[in-house]
Amino acid sequence: MEFWQPQSLTEALEIREQGAEPVAGGTDLMVDLNFDRRRPKALLDLSQLPELREWDRVDGWLRLGAALTYTRAIAELGGLLPGLVLASRTVGSPQIRNRGTLGGNLATASPAGDALPPLMAAGAEVELVSRRGTRRLPLPAFLLGPKRSALADDELVAAVWVPPARGPQQFAKVGPRNAMVIAVCSLALDLDPERRRVGCAIGSVGPTVLRATEAERFLEGTLEESDWAALPAAAQGRFGELVAAAARPIDDLRGSAAYRRHALSVLARRCLAWAWTDGSWA
Amino acid sequence: MSVILPAIRSGVAGGIGEPAQRPDGVPKVRGEFAYGSDLWAPFMLWGATVRSPHPHARIRAIDVSPALSLPGVAAALTYRDVPGRRTYGLEVPDQPVLAWDRVRYQGEPVAIVAADHPERARRAAQLVRVDYEPLEPLTSPELALRPGAPQLHPSGNVTRRVVIRRGDLDATAEVVVEGTYELGMQDQAALGPEAGLAVPAQDGGVDLYVATQWLHGDRTQIAASLGIAPERVRITLAGVGGAFGAREDLSMQIHACLLALRTGRPVKMVYSRQESFFGHVHRHPGQLHYEHRATRDGRLVLVRARILLDGGAYTSSSPAVCANAACFAVGPYQCPNADIEAMVAFTNNPPCGAMRGFGAVQTCFAYESQMDRLAAELGMDPVELRLRNAFSDAGAMLPTGQQVEGSVPVPELLRRLRDLPLPPALNPNPDPRWLPGGVGNTSRAESVRRGVGYAVGFKNVGYSEGSDDYSTARVRLELGPSGPVARVATAAAEVGQGLVTVCTQIVRTELGVAEVTVGTADTSLGSSGSSSASRQTYCTGGAVRAACQAVRDELLRRAQERLDRRRPEPVARQGSFSLRGGMVVTRDGQVVAEMAELLAPGPIEMTHEFHHRPTHPLDPRTGQGDAHVQYAFAAHRAVVDVDLELGLVRVVELATAQDVGRAINPQAVEGQMEGGAAQGLGLALMEEIQLAEGRMLNPSFTDYLIPTTLDMPPVRTELLELADPHSPYGLKGVGEPPVLSSTPAIVAALRAATGRQLTRVPVRPDDLVGLGESETASPS
Repeated sequence: MEFWQPQSLTEALEIREQGAEPVAGGTDLMVDLNFDRRRPKALLDLSQLPELREWDRVDGWLRLGAALTYTRAIAELGGLLPGLVLASRTVGSPQIRNRGTLGGNLATASPAGDALPPLMAAGAEVELVSRRGTRRLPLPAFLLGPKRSALADDELVAAVWVPPARGPQQFAKVGPRNAMVIAVCSLALDLDPERRRVGCAIGSVGPTVLRATEAERFLEGTLEESDWAALPAAAQGRFGELVAAAARPIDDLRGSAAYRRHALSVLARRCLAWAWTDGSWA
Repeated sequence: MSVILPAIRSGVAGGIGEPAQRPDGVPKVRGEFAYGSDLWAPFMLWGATVRSPHPHARIRAIDVSPALSLPGVAAALTYRDVPGRRTYGLEVPDQPVLAWDRVRYQGEPVAIVAADHPERARRAAQLVRVDYEPLEPLTSPELALRPGAPQLHPSGNVTRRVVIRRGDLDATAEVVVEGTYELGMQDQAALGPEAGLAVPAQDGGVDLYVATQWLHGDRTQIAASLGIAPERVRITLAGVGGAFGAREDLSMQIHACLLALRTGRPVKMVYSRQESFFGHVHRHPGQLHYEHRATRDGRLVLVRARILLDGGAYTSSSPAVCANAACFAVGPYQCPNADIEAMVAFTNNPPCGAMRGFGAVQTCFAYESQMDRLAAELGMDPVELRLRNAFSDAGAMLPTGQQVEGSVPVPELLRRLRDLPLPPALNPNPDPRWLPGGVGNTSRAESVRRGVGYAVGFKNVGYSEGSDDYSTARVRLELGPSGPVARVATAAAEVGQGLVTVCTQIVRTELGVAEVTVGTADTSLGSSGSSSASRQTYCTGGAVRAACQAVRDELLRRAQERLDRRRPEPVARQGSFSLRGGMVVTRDGQVVAEMAELLAPGPIEMTHEFHHRPTHPLDPRTGQGDAHVQYAFAAHRAVVDVDLELGLVRVVELATAQDVGRAINPQAVEGQMEGGAAQGLGLALMEEIQLAEGRMLNPSFTDYLIPTTLDMPPVRTELLELADPHSPYGLKGVGEPPVLSSTPAIVAALRAATGRQLTRVPVRPDDLVGLGESETASPS
């Protein structure tokens, strides 16, 4: 196996064009190698590329370099993307959070990817780069199926673009263990009270992370009418039902479809209540 | 507050009863400890194993030639290359070294290869062509025991059946409760995978360095399959990364030796985590049907138990597990009438065998669940019900008719736990990490309810049913550069339990020598038996103590001799001398001689075999008999918080009380109590090898979950030291009792919080929110 460690993005893209498999933190890829599920001919190490490691504010968006680790996201993005920070805290162990990257989570495109629901709920876009040029895809267009994405053979995930939070964000993840667990189901909620916009994305309950669009629209309607007084309990319940209805869960060794749907409705109700009560911003 | 007996004064620090730090602790934490997987020898080859992908298949043909054609491959062997006995086994040699004709479980070894690089060995293993004809697997004991089921072994599909009958089997009572309980397949999940290095020797034998639990037990089986004398198989213990029973059966031992002898080069084999799940036995899953009959005031009248355990494809230690399940089926309770049947059946599931608790775990979950059910039926406090029936100094007889000797502390254990203050109530604004769901941020304490549960359990210490269970130790006392030095040699496996510390402490106490070294265990002296059944401190500790006493007798004899030479008329007799602070002194404290002077003529070396008192087989018809040598008791109180809507759990506190007879190393005893409680928590809440049609679904630590620090609460330990009159220092085995009642105590607490029946472990979130298909359904 060849191992490439380019020092610039230009060089990396040349190597990528030859078909090398990108590796950033290695927290997904190395598992596959160890289990002999993948034998790439060449590995392309992205860890030496300064272009991928940083984050910035550009045109009112946050542009997060693909090689940003969870540990750094937790340390640096607290005020800007609370949902992503909550999700990053649930990833693996401290060692995994030190190595694992947002770009890796995107490229792996697992329906259980912890960073994906908050990114999707916030309306994130993925920046893909190749020698042919750069393109930006909204997350739902990037995630095509379980561990399948729109990433072309010559492309790298360069960054993810996210609007900074304009209101409360929440994230919750259910697993049968209190830490270091793959999501049985997860939910991210993003409220933008000024624009009356709601983002809600759910993980581990379908072939990709999904948007609960009907639930979003319902809540946007409620926001329209509400004066931000007490959240009507009926609206909470309805929101939970609609989120659960958006799920397309299966039975697998980590949990049953029935439990996933049930737990999701509970998470939806709770996250909504927390977002609402945390709404001192209103 | 724990009761700790004062340390025995021997003139030097670090004797028995003092907390002693283990020598491997710091290196292990720093990553500097050399495990079996770190072994290396010049010119060594790497072995790899070809395993059956099918749980049940006929083997039509095996072709190793494609593997041999790969450059760097030195050997590829099948059953034809096993020169001696082609099978092995702890109790019955029914497991093929390499399968022929038929494979009976997924992962069964069929061929082995050796190559100059681990990756090449792995690829060569993939090139071995095995032509299988898949057969319908028997995936449960129920299927295996159905009339007309295909026979997995010539003896049939029943591995063992133990029946215990005592008293009036039709005794009636006012209150009857019945229940069926189920346990999934737990894995030992030792952090060190199976590993060893076989080095061919010039005499045609082999030197094997391996992480194992019983060097001599391995040697007997290896030599039989290699077809050479046991003396030519020399085994040295390599660094062991945990055992818990998983290293009692052989894994890579014979394979590495075969490859080493064939190639004439050292051969190393290390299993990956995934392979490890296929490469060792697991805890028997079981289904246990119970009926308890009791009077209105809560006295047990009759216990009926039908216990069915899944033994998997081969015998392993199932017969002994079966006997344990039967013997301890009633729990530590007086009951005049008992009707017990325990059975283990062969299936095409992974083989099951030894795991910490060994048959007593399964029954403890069932009988303690029944005691809670009975308490509920009677409207009685669960602890009070237990106290009314508990073994005590007034009476403690097993359904086998055996009396528990010495003090029986069950009521005291329960009372102590009951009287401990409960942890503070749920903080209304807690850090979410301390709530059910942990870092998942699933709760701000909404719908969280607390529950408290109690359970008590017991089991045997040492080998039972007439085994001659013994250990050998050699103690050598000599003059080192700065004074007397003692060296201990045994073949007892230090598997992380702390035996090395215990041996050191015993020597310091018995000989008053500060400088003690414990050699690496090997087969150059007699067997020390297995590091299992909570027996090593008892048996090897007993052997070390006896060897020390022989050394001391020789010292005192030399002192007498010296005295006699100096003064013709005898002034004191040897019997009245003693050792104190490196000196031989008379009863009135007069110094006879310094130890160093007495060692000047030469070192003293003594070897001793310690046999525990004989036990007896169970009567095959009635199950009566004094089958066990010692019993150990422990109890747990669990406090849990349950998220009633999500079915997630946070165990808030585990408290445990255990009678250890004598805590040789209190620090290590507490470690055992905490570790056992954690393993029991794992079984209660998450640990299960999931199977579908005989295939393992989760052979990895990604999906076989073991508790993290956010799942394991603080443990309060209450130590009782009620000496056993027959054991060395009065000690009782401490390794296994802590795992028994942790599981049922947690489940009792979950029931208290949720009001649900919860008859199966591990309890899933589905069960806690009422989505389980049925009470005892197996997972999909």
